[in-house]
Amino acid sequence: MADIVLDKVSKKFPDGTIAASDVDLEVGDGEFVILVGPSGCGKSTTLNMIAGLEDISSGDLYIGGERMNDKAPKDRDIAMVFQSYALYPNMTVRENMSFPLRLAKLDKATVAQKVDEAARVLELEQLLDRKPANLSGGQRQRVAMGRAIVRSPKAYLMDEPLSNLDAKLRVQMRTQVSRLQKQLGTTTVYVTHDQTEAMTLGDRVVVMRQGRVQQVGPPQELYDSPANLFVAGFIGSPAMNFVHARLTDGQLSSVLGDVSLSGSLRRALAASDAPADLILGIRPEHFEDAGLVDEAHLGTGARFEGQADVVESMGSDKYVYLPLAAERASTAELDELAADAGATDLPASGAQLVTRLSAESPATEGAQVRVWFNPEKIHLFDPETGRNLTLAR
Amino acid sequence: MTVLQEGRRQLSEGKRAERRLGWLLCAPAAVVMVAVTGWPIIYSVWLSLQRYDLRFPAEREFIGLSNYAAVLSNGFWWNAFGVTMLITVVSVAVEFVLGFALALVMHRTLVGRGLVRTSALIPYGIVTVVAAFSWRYAWTPGTGYLANLVTPDGAPLTERASALGIIIVAEIWKTTPFMALLLMAGLALVPEDLLKAAAVDGAGAWQRFRSVMLPVMKPAILVALLFRTLDAFRIFDNIFVLTAGANETSSVSMLTYNNLIKGLNLGIGSTLSVLIFIAVAIIAFIFVRLFGTAAPGSAEEGRR
Amino acid sequence: MGAGFGEATPARRWRWGLLDLAVIAFALIPVLWIASLSFKTTATLTDGRLIPAEWTLENYQSIFDTSQFTRALVNSIGIALISTAIAVVLGMLAAYAVARLDFPGKRALIGVSLLIAMFPQVSLVSPLFDIERRLGLFDTWPGLILPYITFALPLAIYTQSAFFRQIPWDLEKAAKMDGATQAQAFRRVIAPLAAPGVVTTAILVFIFAWNDFLFAVTLTSTERSRTAPVALSFFTGDSQFEDPTGSISAAAVVITIPIIIFVLLFQRRIVSGLTSGAVKG
Repeated sequence: MADIVLDKVSKKFPDGTIAASDVDLEVGDGEFVILVGPSGCGKSTTLNMIAGLEDISSGDLYIGGERMNDKAPKDRDIAMVFQSYALYPNMTVRENMSFPLRLAKLDKATVAQKVDEAARVLELEQLLDRKPANLSGGQRQRVAMGRAIVRSPKAYLMDEPLSNLDAKLRVQMRTQVSRLQKQLGTTTVYVTHDQTEAMTLGDRVVVMRQGRVQQVGPPQELYDSPANLFVAGFIGSPAMNFVHARLTDGQLSSVLGDVSLSGSLRRALAASDAPADLILGIRPEHFEDAGLVDEAHLGTGARFEGQADVVESMGSDKYVYLPLAAERASTAELDELAADAGATDLPASGAQLVTRLSAESPATEGAQVRVWFNPEKIHLFDPETGRNLTLAR
Repeated sequence: MTVLQEGRRQLSEGKRAERRLGWLLCAPAAVVMVAVTGWPIIYSVWLSLQRYDLRFPAEREFIGLSNYAAVLSNGFWWNAFGVTMLITVVSVAVEFVLGFALALVMHRTLVGRGLVRTSALIPYGIVTVVAAFSWRYAWTPGTGYLANLVTPDGAPLTERASALGIIIVAEIWKTTPFMALLLMAGLALVPEDLLKAAAVDGAGAWQRFRSVMLPVMKPAILVALLFRTLDAFRIFDNIFVLTAGANETSSVSMLTYNNLIKGLNLGIGSTLSVLIFIAVAIIAFIFVRLFGTAAPGSAEEGRR
Repeated sequence: MGAGFGEATPARRWRWGLLDLAVIAFALIPVLWIASLSFKTTATLTDGRLIPAEWTLENYQSIFDTSQFTRALVNSIGIALISTAIAVVLGMLAAYAVARLDFPGKRALIGVSLLIAMFPQVSLVSPLFDIERRLGLFDTWPGLILPYITFALPLAIYTQSAFFRQIPWDLEKAAKMDGATQAQAFRRVIAPLAAPGVVTTAILVFIFAWNDFLFAVTLTSTERSRTAPVALSFFTGDSQFEDPTGSISAAAVVITIPIIIFVLLFQRRIVSGLTSGAVKG
């Protein structure tokens, strides 16, 4: 049991690429922290540096208060679960799980007892004498977990442990991982590129981009108050809508219409020296069909009307896609997010507004739809720096 | 995430250590390979410029290119060269067709796949000399089933045309499985879905073969053809056993052997060595040029 | 080929069965023929029948009576085994470097081994004859082992690097995380996984050395180091009554036995070994 502290940890490769830059992070004892971000953001490199599989170029790493920079992986007393599971194909499940214990030269009785205990926790008792080749994906994943927990290390490192599973199994395993971590109460650092995993699993989430930490916080905080455009776009599904907007005398004009800002928003913008040209962000779930909003609220919000392009009925709610008469908002961060989501491959259809309405909404494809949103829920970003200007509200 | 790539790079000291280890590990193999091939071939260039007959060692002297003039103006060399080329071209062509058929059988057969593959490996593994004797006795009048069956009156191994034919048959039998294995590896690279798609698109069996299989297999085919061509060019064992080079059936290898062991003329022998080396280099070069980037030299790109 | 995509209808099974039979007959008849000759008595040797009319073991007795063949067999086994061991070890070291490490000169090594694989071996015969005579290597075991190692190395490097490349990197990392040192990680995780590749390579190299005739016939001159294929090709009638056919056939069968055993036991490995290096170049 131990905490993990990264103090200005950086990783620079000989060819000049900087994979991680000044990463500051404190993982408390027993805490479950998720590193999340698109491919190449440095999350796996950071994890490998904690593991000792890659050298730290500069900065310090402490585990349980002890500086670990120069220690070999085997002397750090941490266990790791790999995306490929990395099960030794020549060993049975039992041998795989006992391998770390045998390396540590524990006596046979203790080894057997610990393996049996871990197998019971993970429901692997029936599989102990099988070889990895004869296991299903989910079983292999559990064996990989078993090999990690069997030696009760100071911390667990998990590198996308669920991403090789099919969607249904992934959801099941997600809850199991979460339960297991709570039960064991061991410090865990978990890397994923899947924001759903990040939101549901962790005590705190670290969003990374291009080797830098963007924001650290509990999932809800990241969702409610994203520090910048990147975090806002990365967290939440479907992703937040972004449009260009212009601010004049407390009035915000954009393709969504003119909105007059509340006092607290105005003060926040003034305090952060907001430029006149902004990016407006609003989440799909903050829209509602105008016909379903009662009179009292209708007046306090803004309205937008458009012809529904596509309507997806999810049962509990309805996703309605409305075309916007504008280009898609574009900054370095938004382009990277779009690339990560594969959106650059889509035919250029201009911008569209994604809204998530109540199931009762009568919206149908091709029909005019009037949607309502609460201006208090919008976020405004500086297009240059990507900073969220409305955090201080 | 390119962790794998990154993991290999490490810090610069690590990088240097990695280089040293790489050189250290490769050195023994590299030294042996270069010492046993590079040095003798240079030495043979040097020997080929001398009169050097082991029966008359006292007459050893530097004579420039005379040995080359002697060899190249001699009917034996050109005959052996022609025989070698004939055997090479015919056997590789036939092997390619047969090998492809065999590869398809081994790849696709519904019954007894293991059995077929195992039996096909026998010709590959068997000692060439053993196989050659089997063919020799098969064609020996009186003794052999083939001689009695096909040519009850003649002695096929003593006539040039039929002897060459038998040599080619023996060579084809021995090496078709190897060709087939290389082609089978190429076949495994053709995605089943691609063939299905072509079938749905209306391609017949022949069109699927021509337009889908062959292009995908091109690299494997080139490797197979190149190695088999160079291998066929050095044919020796079969000729040694079947005809011993009699009746103008000598290959260039046979000629070199006879010159060395019977003639003990190292000057001429080395000249032959150099000429064969050059011929092989030209064949390899033509292959790479003709078929361009898919030749094995450039396949290195894909290794990493 | 493309006749269909897989369904095993009875008609198809029959067709494939017949094709298979043709292949098996093509491959086996020459071998069975020489085996049949080896069991024939001197009197029936020239009857041209595929199945001996009278069976006898006297041909086998006669070849094991003199040292001519037994000594050659010992030479063959010794030379092939030593060549195999050395080539596999040297090839393994180089293959590990090629598959796992990044260093300048790697391409050169791959290029050199490719050149050796294409090298006309007969070109070496005359110069090696002279060099080995001078160094006292002519007609000795090392005199044959050296060229065998050289020409087996490209195969040994390609095959083993293909196998090394298939071993996932993550396993080595996982072993380190599980508390293993570099040496332990190699011994307990990597080595067991590499073993099949090593065995495959060893078989292929052994077959190569066992089969060689060109070097064996030119670089040896006496029983001291003459290998079995050469010895049997030099069998003459004088140690027998007249015709050496029977004893040659018997000797041929004897030296074919190890190959048959390898092929039967390791069919899958030999196929994968021969093709692994080839497809990727």
